[in-house]
This record gives sequence, C-alpha cells and structure tokens, in this order.
Amino acid sequence: MANPQHFKTSDRTLINDGYEQTNGVFQKLIYLIKKCVLYALSIGPIPIHVAFIMDGNRRYAEKKNVVEGSGYKAGFFSLISMLNFCYELGVKYVTIYAFSIDDFKRCPEETRLLMDLLNEKIESWIVDENNESINVANRFGMRVRFVGDLKLLDEPLRLAAKRVMEATYNNSRVVLTICVAYSSTLDILHSLKECCEEKEDEIKVLEECGSGYGLIEIRRDNLKEYDDSMSLINLEDVERNMYMAIAPCPDILIRTSGENRLSNFLLWQSTFCQFENWKLFDASLFAVLGNCPLITEIRMERTSVGKQKVEGLFGCEFSREVFLFGSQFVFER
Amino acid sequence: MGNVGLQLLWYFLHILLSIWYSILSIRCFVESCFITCGVLEKYKSLNTAKLRYLAIVIESEDAHQTKKVVKLLQWLDSIGVKNICLYDMNGVLKKSKESIFGKLRNAKPIEEVNEAVTPHVPDHMTLEFVSFADGKEAMVKAANFIFVENLKRQNFGGEIDGQVMSEPLLNEALKVVGCKGPEPDLLLVYGPVRSHLGFPAWRIRYTEIVHMGSLNFMRYGSLIKAIYNFTKVRQNYGT
Repeated sequence: MANPQHFKTSDRTLINDGYEQTNGVFQKLIYLIKKCVLYALSIGPIPIHVAFIMDGNRRYAEKKNVVEGSGYKAGFFSLISMLNFCYELGVKYVTIYAFSIDDFKRCPEETRLLMDLLNEKIESWIVDENNESINVANRFGMRVRFVGDLKLLDEPLRLAAKRVMEATYNNSRVVLTICVAYSSTLDILHSLKECCEEKEDEIKVLEECGSGYGLIEIRRDNLKEYDDSMSLINLEDVERNMYMAIAPCPDILIRTSGENRLSNFLLWQSTFCQFENWKLFDASLFAVLGNCPLITEIRMERTSVGKQKVEGLFGCEFSREVFLFGSQFVFER
Repeated sequence: MGNVGLQLLWYFLHILLSIWYSILSIRCFVESCFITCGVLEKYKSLNTAKLRYLAIVIESEDAHQTKKVVKLLQWLDSIGVKNICLYDMNGVLKKSKESIFGKLRNAKPIEEVNEAVTPHVPDHMTLEFVSFADGKEAMVKAANFIFVENLKRQNFGGEIDGQVMSEPLLNEALKVVGCKGPEPDLLLVYGPVRSHLGFPAWRIRYTEIVHMGSLNFMRYGSLIKAIYNFTKVRQNYGT
C-alpha cells in the first residue's frame, strides 16, 4: 500500500544532465508546455506498468544518414526522456526490451556496439563522470532489474548489471526492468522447467517421508498415461517462476518505429495490455494516457490507496487521489 | 483552485485527443468506402499468398452476433483468405461453431484437415476455434504432460538428467493436449482496444496485430486495407 508522499518539483526530473535542450526561447516554451501537459495528465488515471519495445534505431540512423551507433544513442536519449515522464507521472513499473535473444543473430560488430553502449550506460548509473560513487538510481528511488538469459552476456556487462541490481535492491519508488537476452519463449520455457524441477524435488522429499500418495503414483513402474486429472503444476506455479514475475502485467505496451508486432516480448503478460505503436516516441505515452477515458468499454478496477500531496507549477500545492490499478480488465457496455 | 485548473486542463486535453481520434475514424471510414467502391487502384489486386494463416480476436460480447461473424468469414473467403482461427476469451464462438459451419458452404474444422497451412490455396475454408482455455491453461497441461513423460523416462532407466524442457518438446506436448494450430501471420482484433485478450501466447511471437474497431462497425474496406498493409510488411526477425 503506497503512503502519501510529498513530491517537490525539483525531485521530479529523474536524470537531467543535458538531455533536454532548453537553450532557446522556443525550446523553453515547448518544455513548459510539456510540463503542463504532464501535470494535467497526472490528475487522471495513470497505468501502474508501462512497457516499451525500443525499436527502429537502425532505421532512424539510415534515415538520418548517420553511422548506426548514433541511432542507438539517439534511442537511448529518447528512452531517458520517456523514463522521466513515467517517473513524473507516477508510473510504478517500467519495462524496456533492450536486447532480444533473436538480436544475437545480427552481425558481431553491431552486437558488440550494443553491448558496449549498454555497459557504458549501466556503469554511468553507479558512478558519475567525476568517478564519484553517486548512485543516480538510488537518488530517485529506482530499483533496476535485468531479466533474461544473462549468461549469454559478456562478463563485464553481466558484472555491471549485477552491481546495479545489488546497489538498487532496496529502492521501491520506481521499478525499471531491462530485458536483455530475453524473449517470451525463453521466459515461458525457463518457467516451465523451474516448475518441473520444483515438482520433482517435492516428489523426492515426499517419497523419503513416505507421504503424498498422489504424487508417488507417478514414480511407480505402472505409470499411467497423462490425463487432465494429473494437475501437478498449476497456473500460479508457472507465473511465479517467470522472469517477469517481479512486476504486474503491463497496462500499456508501446512499440516505437510503428511496427505492429510484439516480437516475442511479454506475450504471456499482455493478455489485457493495450498495445500502441507510434513513430513519435514522446507523443505515444501522452496520447494513450489522454485516451484512457475514451476506452469506456474497459473498466480498470481501482482501489484508492490514499491522497498524495503534489507541488504544482508556480508553487501551488494540491492533492490528488492515488489509485492502485488491478491488472484485471472488465469489459462493460 | 490548482486542482480544478488541472482537471479543466485534463478535460481540455481529453477533448483535443477525442477530436483527433474522431478525425482519424472519419478518415478511415471514408477510405474504407473508397476501397469498397474500387476507387483506390492499389487495393484492387490483393496478393494474399503471404497471408497463410489469419487469426481473428473478437470481444466475447460481440461474439454472440453470429451473423456478423459469418459475414466477416464470407468476406475473407471472397478475398481468398481460407485458413482462419477465430478466438474469443469466453469460448462463445466455440459454442456457436455448428451454427457458423451451417451458414458457410465450404468450411471445414481444423481437426478434419491434415495440414492447416498448405503450399497451394485450398478450395475450402479451414476454421479453428480457440478460447482462453487454449492459451495459458493449455500451456499448463503441456507442462504437466512433459513432467510426467520425463518421470517415465527416469523410471525406466532413461539417460536423462533432471527435467528436460525445450521448444520442440513443448510444441509436441501442445499438440498432444489439443493445441495444433500454426502461428498466425496476421491477427485482427475486433474489440474496443488493441489487445490480444489472451490469444495463445506461444503462437503470436511475430504476428502482426491490427486493431479493427468494434465488430458492430466492421467494414469490408478496412479489412482489405489491413490485409494489404500486411502484405507490404518487412520483418527482420532480429537480424
């Protein structure tokens, strides 16, 4: 249950080290408009969990006629900007699809480039450019998790990821899940394997104790064929063992670049998830959130968890009601 | 006062977005009319060879409208899309199976067909009916099946070390528990939002997902456009 917290405007910006260019008057005006829109949106229903498929970096680089690495860097900057918005809106869980298992099929140079970029950015969250150990993620209460088959990553990257996870373990304001060497297929297979191994261990323990007749039946030589009554593993077991069990199901899944597929990402968890694909990275989240009441057919079960004091623009203070969204969508007419 | 101001601003943004989405809907409607009348040249010749298997997700309340579902299937038949999977969460379409087959002249259930996807275009439609039970619950049944098979191999002195789990094994197990359908190339969602509503996760890894709006407002032109756009898609598959 969330406690009402007092947020100051100065605490709102997650990472503000020059990503937002606010030098000119026009750019300052755009920035101010964005802030106003952000404050207004935060009054309405806000999803608990937003997921992003970061796609289109190579196509962006082709279009802008720059080297491929610049596309990924530009994508990273857009992501940080979006994380900022999510943080300021009060989104609790953010998941990003940084690198898929399928992406290992790319040419080694490109894979190397991506891994180096990831390593560089992960390290920057623990140590700042003056080599002082200021943990940016800790400052904003962000817990960082890496999910996927991390054994496929290079050792320096794997160790850096482990360091970030340990350093941010106790944070709870925002949970950022970075899917690296991940796919839903892998997640499901891993979960099913864990379930089978758990059940086998359970059987061994029960055999040693001499109890649990239903399970011991299976070990005998006259093993009957499988039928539906042999429900040893259940749905809760499968969902508990998934890599993505740390977060609730996503409410919105946004794919940049305008493609219409999930590409093996959160297939299991996206049953009631609204899938959006926009080419404008910034506009998508705002458009979807502002669209929430248009979705009159979906009623998200919400439980009020209290009021939250927020400091708005020009120093005025107001309170807003904070809702905890259930992951169950109910369609109603 | 600040709160009231922000709420007004919120409603203002909401109105702006509603107007934008209304404009988009009108544009889609007009385009759909032009496509249906054959005004737009590029949609006249549709190459459906790339669309080997189509899935349609329908919101369960709309799924009771069997006549509309049959009309949609007849449209697809006329376009040349013959292999279709119909999904709704609560299994309403499964219950209306007989009624749907009764109204279509040349449709067969997937159980009666050897291969759902064939190299040549069949002369009959193949229909598969799927519900939520064929998704996560089927996956759990498959897991139980594999678990029992693994134990059998261990019991009879098999050379396996621990629990074996792999993609081919899971695919076989899903067939055993009754989930035989292939992966659809395109998934059309007829419902209030673009959400697959629990369509079997294992089958939509690289499936294009397109939102078609409510079944009540389905349009032939929109269907043509969705299929046409699909034929123009280029997938990298990670490379």
